[in-house]
Parts: sequence; C-alpha cells; structure tokens
Amino acid sequence: MSAAGSGYVRRVRRDEARLWKGRPPLLTWLDLELTDRCNNACIHCSVNRPAGDTAEKGREMATAEVRALLEHAAGLGCLTVRLTGGEPLLRQDFAEIYLYARRLGLRVMVFTNAALMTPVLADLLARVPPREPVEVSVYGLERATYEAVTGTPGSFDAARRGLGLLADRHIPFFIKGALLPATAAESAAFEPWACALSGQRRVAWVQFLDLRSRRDDESRNARIRALRLPPGEVRRRTAALPAAEQDELRRFIAAHAALQGDRLFGCLSAGGKGAVDAHGVFQYCLALRHPATVFDLKRGGLEKAVKEHWPAVRAMKSRNPEYLGRCGRCPLKAFCLQCPAKSWAEHGTLDTPVEYLCEVAHAQAAALGLLAGGERAWAVKDWDRRVGGPVPAGQDQRLGGQECGS
Amino acid sequence: MIERRIVMSEEVRLDAAYAPSEDVVARELEGEVVIIPLVSDIGDIEDELYTLNETGQAIWRRLDGRKPLREVAAELAKEFEAAPGDIERDVLGLVRELVTRRMVIAKS
Repeated sequence: MSAAGSGYVRRVRRDEARLWKGRPPLLTWLDLELTDRCNNACIHCSVNRPAGDTAEKGREMATAEVRALLEHAAGLGCLTVRLTGGEPLLRQDFAEIYLYARRLGLRVMVFTNAALMTPVLADLLARVPPREPVEVSVYGLERATYEAVTGTPGSFDAARRGLGLLADRHIPFFIKGALLPATAAESAAFEPWACALSGQRRVAWVQFLDLRSRRDDESRNARIRALRLPPGEVRRRTAALPAAEQDELRRFIAAHAALQGDRLFGCLSAGGKGAVDAHGVFQYCLALRHPATVFDLKRGGLEKAVKEHWPAVRAMKSRNPEYLGRCGRCPLKAFCLQCPAKSWAEHGTLDTPVEYLCEVAHAQAAALGLLAGGERAWAVKDWDRRVGGPVPAGQDQRLGGQECGS
Repeated sequence: MIERRIVMSEEVRLDAAYAPSEDVVARELEGEVVIIPLVSDIGDIEDELYTLNETGQAIWRRLDGRKPLREVAAELAKEFEAAPGDIERDVLGLVRELVTRRMVIAKS
C-alpha cells in the first residue's frame, strides 16, 4: 500500500478491454424476451401474440424467475441486458424487473413501441437511467400509415405520447423504422424527423423481413412474404444511396468476405451474447428457436447453458451440399444475413439457403457495381480485385443501416 | 438537462464511518471492484464505469458504515505493513474522492 495522493478512482468506458484483463467473461450481453405478447398487431412481426392471450401469458417466466435469471447473468459477468418482446412494457412487473436489473449493476436496453410508456415509468427511467438508449420502433410518420402497420386504432397517438415522455425527460432513445409497402414512401422524410427528435445520426431500418420465429402461423408468413421489398426495389434503393453510404457497404462486404465453409455460426455469441425467451429457454439468439439449438433453463441453469450447451451449438457444421456449394463458398455470406435463424424460420432447418436473402444480397452487390446481372457471387474468381482488396480486420465491423432482426 | 451534483466541501473525518451510497452499485469483475452509477446525476456520460486502484479496492471493501476510518486504517496497516500515517492519508484521500463523487456517504 502506498500513499497514492490522488487518482484512486478511475473512469473507464464499459467496453474497455482492461475490465476483463484480456479474457472476456462467459456472458457479456443477455437478450431477454419478457413476453411474446404485444399491444400492437403489426403485420410484419415475427414474434407478436395478442396482448390478451392468456395461455401465452401463463407460459411466461414469473417475476421471481426473471430476477433469478438476471442474478445468474450478472454472476457470469454480464454487463448489459436487453429487455424485449413482444412488447416488454405489457408486463405489469416491468418496472420491478428493470429496477432489479439496474440494482445488479446491469445496463438495460429496452426495446419498445413506446405506446405503453407512462409518466411514472418515464420518471423512473430519468431517475435511474438505463445507461443504454431506449430503442423505439416507429412504423410511420402519419397516423394512417402507422396504424395500417400496427392494425391497432389509437396506437399512433399512444406511441407519440410515449416518445414525448422520453424526450421531455431527456431520456436517450433511438428510433428504428421498418421498410414496408405502407411506409416506403415516407422513408425519406422519416429519417430527418427521427434524427431531429432523438439526436441519432441515422435510422436503422428493418427491411428484409423475418418470418415467424416460432413457425406458428403459415398464413402470417405468407403475408410477411408479400410485404418484403422486391429485389429490384432493393437494387434501386441501394443505387440511390449517397456515395458515402455505398462506400460503407462496399467496405463492409470487403471486410467480411472470408468464406465460411461448413461453419454455421459466425456471429453474436462468439462475443458472449446470449438470449432467453419468454418461457425461460436459452437460445443462441432471439430468432433461433430450432430445437437442436435451444436449452430449457429448467434442465440446468444459465451457467450450464453457457458452459456446456453453447460450445456444442457453436461447433455445429453444415452437411447440406446445397448450402456448402453456395453459402459456404459465397463472399456475400455475411452481408446477405443468411444464418441458421433465417433458415429455421424459412425452412425449419439450420442450413437451407434462403432465396429471398440471397436475391436481395445479389441485388445490392449489383447496385454497388460488384456483380454483373445474373452473376452468382460464389462463382466469382476475382472477388478481391472487385472489392479493392481485402480490408484489414476491425476496420469496418458495422453493417451500415441493416438489421438482422435478432 | 439533469444537473450533476458534486459534493465539494464535506469534511471527511477519521472518527466517522462511511458506506457505499445507494446511488451506485459495486460489482466485482475478475477480482476488481467496478462501481456503476445507478442514478442520473452521477457520471458524466452514459457509457461510464469506475474502477479503483489497488489501494482504493482494499479500502472500499472495508467501508461498511460501522467501522470508523481510523479503524479501517489500523486494519490496513497490519495487513500491508505500512506506516500508519501513510495509510491514514490514503484512506482519507480515497474517501474524500468518493464523497465528492457521491459514491459513499457518512454514516456517523
């Protein structure tokens, strides 16, 4: 011990590697789906069940189970929990869960449509800040547009009230949009509106819609397919992006062109991210519910899931010749968002190519001048030359403007 | 905007006991004490945590709201085989810094 004089306390950024002394903990981030139920009935949603679905409500984790789960996550080193759904504010115990997580020292990210935000809850978020921006999904600038998506009369005004409660209290929030036939015409005006309201630099768009992750409703899947932007429209929109955004996409593609071969999992959990659904089932990510990849926490705790189940999932390989011949050899693989979760939702497998994602990825690459019409990326021999040579790792890790939805 | 409050001039005494404030949460990560602000007016930015140096951690773990700082210093002097005067200076220095940041409060 020495007389240090001053500097006993040091401020650090959360992501400073020094916290982990070079070796990150088993779990750094937990996505926690508090409910599948939602106050809205959005036409494109891959999760939502009706708010009044009592059978679904009965399957949800009880408050005590959620609290125990948060304790275990914090004990494993987790620093951030994302509370999502469905609509997490539907739960009567949301404030209790939120405060419990914060008192465990967890940062909390809340995914919400803001319609159920109340002055009391907003006051809580102002007094005990989440330390992560609240992420708000907004489905259009006009009432008619918005409610054509949500299918819920009154939802536009409720969401605007909720956003106002956050803004009035200077609670940091981030607005996400959805590119749908109903909202596409508003997208140019949406971006400046969202940035002015929240202070964000750009809007993250949900644009290549996921099918139902519980594979629970084929008629809804058919509707979602019909709402997807056609590849031709994706190509037109990509070609119309500002040059700087096009360059950012090219850099991302160049930086993530490494071929994956038979490897199935290349994202998220390598960085210690995990997910638990509303029923207490551990998942690799929120969208992946394939029975071979999930772990019911009633069979063993979170630590067992992370230490034993996770490595086994991560080690899974593809044996599907179609996948190996296309996705495994494709330099657009990381860009196209094809992954086991998408394959599960579309086909009920882990490794069947998703034609829609393949088509829109090729449409974007064509718009960026990387592919000629009809070319398939996995057959291109001079990819490095086309993207200007490989980009050093770590130079561009962000997928500009696109969300995988997980 | 929310105003950040800093306690500027509270006297820190060796005969008083101090305890972590309920406005922060302390977690041990990899054997290191990490202090996480809970309320809105501690910390300058959203993405901020605090760690303590080795001296600070040894003192922090003894701030239980019951032991006066003189007793904390005496315990540390035995453990670290350092001059009592140096130890007392460290204890007062850390607690002053933590009081200023509203991370600990006087209990008696």
